Amino acid sequence: MQKQAESILLTPESNDDVQEILRTHERLHVRGGGTKTALCRPADGAAILATSGLSDILEYEPGEFTFTARAGTPLREIEAALAEHGQYLPFDPPLVERGATLGGTIAAGLSGSGRQRYGGVRDFLIGVRFVDGQGQLVRGGGKVVKNAAGFDLPKLMIGSVGRLGVIVEASFKVFPRPQQYGTVCCAHTTIRAALEQVARLNRSAFDIEALDIAVEDGRPVTYVRQGGLASTLGARQEALRNWLGSGDILGASEDAAIWQQAGDFAWLPPGAALVKIPVTLNSIPLLDEFLAAANVERRYIAAGNLAWVSWPHDLAELDAQLTQRELGGLVVLGETAWPFLGARTGASVAARVKAVLDPHNRLPAL
Amino acid sequence: MSTQELMAELARRIPAERLLQRPAQLAPYESDALTAFRSRPLAVVLAETQEDVIQTVRLCHRYSVPFVARGSGTSLSGGSLPVPDGILIALNKLNRILRIDIDTRVAVVEPGVVNLDVSRAVAAQGLYYAPDPSSQLICTIGGNVAFNSGGAHCLKYGMTANHVLGIKAVLPDGEVVQLGGNSLESVGPDLTGFFVGSEGLFGIALEITLRLLPKPERYRTVLAAYSSLAAAGNAVAQVVASGLLPGAMEIMDALAIEAAEAAVHAGYPRDAAALLIVELEGEEIQVEAEFAHLLQVIESSGPDEVRVAVDDADRARIWKGRKSAFSAVGRLSPDYIVQDGVVPRSRLGEALATIERLSRKHELRVANVFHAGDGNLHPLILYDGRVAGELERAEVLAGEIIAMCIELGGSITGEHGVGMEKRQHMPAMFAETDLEVMATLRRGLDPAELANRGKMFPGSEAPALHSRGPHPLEQQGIISRE
Repeated sequence: MQKQAESILLTPESNDDVQEILRTHERLHVRGGGTKTALCRPADGAAILATSGLSDILEYEPGEFTFTARAGTPLREIEAALAEHGQYLPFDPPLVERGATLGGTIAAGLSGSGRQRYGGVRDFLIGVRFVDGQGQLVRGGGKVVKNAAGFDLPKLMIGSVGRLGVIVEASFKVFPRPQQYGTVCCAHTTIRAALEQVARLNRSAFDIEALDIAVEDGRPVTYVRQGGLASTLGARQEALRNWLGSGDILGASEDAAIWQQAGDFAWLPPGAALVKIPVTLNSIPLLDEFLAAANVERRYIAAGNLAWVSWPHDLAELDAQLTQRELGGLVVLGETAWPFLGARTGASVAARVKAVLDPHNRLPAL
Repeated sequence: MSTQELMAELARRIPAERLLQRPAQLAPYESDALTAFRSRPLAVVLAETQEDVIQTVRLCHRYSVPFVARGSGTSLSGGSLPVPDGILIALNKLNRILRIDIDTRVAVVEPGVVNLDVSRAVAAQGLYYAPDPSSQLICTIGGNVAFNSGGAHCLKYGMTANHVLGIKAVLPDGEVVQLGGNSLESVGPDLTGFFVGSEGLFGIALEITLRLLPKPERYRTVLAAYSSLAAAGNAVAQVVASGLLPGAMEIMDALAIEAAEAAVHAGYPRDAAALLIVELEGEEIQVEAEFAHLLQVIESSGPDEVRVAVDDADRARIWKGRKSAFSAVGRLSPDYIVQDGVVPRSRLGEALATIERLSRKHELRVANVFHAGDGNLHPLILYDGRVAGELERAEVLAGEIIAMCIELGGSITGEHGVGMEKRQHMPAMFAETDLEVMATLRRGLDPAELANRGKMFPGSEAPALHSRGPHPLEQQGIISRE
């Protein structure tokens, strides 16, 4: 990326530094680990504020099942610290191995396939500190798992893509990690058959950790992940497969590899953009018809709530198709000057919030 | 005068039987469940359609008259207290369940739908709506959304905000907006989550898209009696540390047990100093294995007695006692304050010891009923409003408990909200800049500060009478506590 080489790179080491930068720079673009390439590209003349110098786990008391870390802390580090105590981030953030940071994940609003079980990044963020567009250090939420005091400012940071403020610190709740995982996978002849299986699972009482439909060489395959006590997992997998009527049971090592690859988007062809599209089981058939015709790789995760779409063509074409279907999208990987595609809801509220938090438009437009 | 013009306009749009103006008609709406505050609105609009709400808000905006939305009036923080000479928009009749989609586990409801009615509507399909405030028999989804209500079962699946996917709302200036949608995922700032818990200051939700969960195949509920509150608190820490993830973990102390027993005969051990309820839920085979583990953890925590719920009726009895505890305390004392604060879970024992000390210092009894699993305390401070000085002492004690929560790194409210009650504590929890930014965000959506004026922010106006006693609806015989 040539343009980034021309941008000034600022690497604050303290919250004070971040405040000073916001007060003294006309145009800024925030960058965490740089893994979400489509969101890291500054407009001409904007300086890059990198959070790499804001990296540290500030508080982690395992018995409390919460932690507070600075925004630039790599998720790999956080996951390792949690794993030592049998804990994990249940929203299963993507791109961890590529170097994604805590702040970048919040700002991009990204959760992975594991969000199926307990919820996404929005459901686990409990507190945040950010520097707004006027250089004010603002705190919202807290460090305890339950808190109803004041407006929920942490929610505003979810998906704000560095356009409402610069996240400098965040507190999360975490959960005990299941002892063991296993996956049952089923191949289908049509996307409708795969969707019907997901709907059937939605009507059931199975506790499912992840429920994805991957379209592999044009054939839909459902991956149903279970987790829990090692002593009962085998029996639960058998019960699930019998209930499904077919499917292959994958063992622990195969299971780990599959979900690791899903989290790193290993299926994405080189050079293609990656787009996040919130969907429902009802909106997938029409969307998939178009995607199948365009012959692109795609994966529907979290029981059909989110489409990850690979797009090697002109993004304007996808933008038009999404608008027509009243769907929205976010370009996560690839090169684009404007990452938001398709329909948007709440635009007028977002504009009002932006006018308050970044009145001089020092951060990119939202 | 603008209020006269407003009333004339309202009278043209709202039929007289749904536009209440006489003092006797207004009386039931003067207060909510925080009976310390009382004020009389100019009028009450009983909205039946979304259009009623939108038109009323637009008229209020045009004539610069403040308004407050109200569901069943169960707010314990005074969140639905009317603004004197403002309009109260009652939403109980705006209570249709608009759509249920079993395959995607979603329900779209109007704000006046009663919390438990959502679960009832989808029970036959094996689904339920998770957040379960103690008042779920009467409280409404609109109120739950405004105050991000919690409940006993928030430990695993979170509070109201975690179960709301989309909101259609009318902003305080009359603009109708759609936030979020039908998907669990979204793009752009999480405005739906931002709206939830805004205490009515961002406007009124007209349609709410809720996430439903599959009813667990199996529940396993255990009740353990301890000889001290500290021992029960320590047991919670041990259960949390064991790696189990219960659906609920609740503690009641001796006073609360006594009250609950007197009210609903839940069959609790009467001589216990503290009672711990832990519930596991999920697939049967997994829950049974986890339950065996849980019983070991509990046995090792030194309980005096352990009882396992043997069937659904037994389980229901245990929960009935817990959920009736607030109102049951009314049997022990003519008046009481329900407090709501949060401490880090690892400091529960410390917090309970401090409450005990404060109770002795102020010579007032305190009953403790709380969501132990997430550190959410609900001390009930008992006093007699007819005894000179007791109310004042009770309020000092309540304030000291909140100060302790902040000191321990917790929060001034876990689920009841700030409302009228906690306004003065906001500066202890947040810095001046934090509060100023929140106030500016509020003005960004409501420049004239018409929506629920006087709530959440410290030093706001909204005068109120100071009195205690039963809920006004109770006085009218409209609701009862049992």
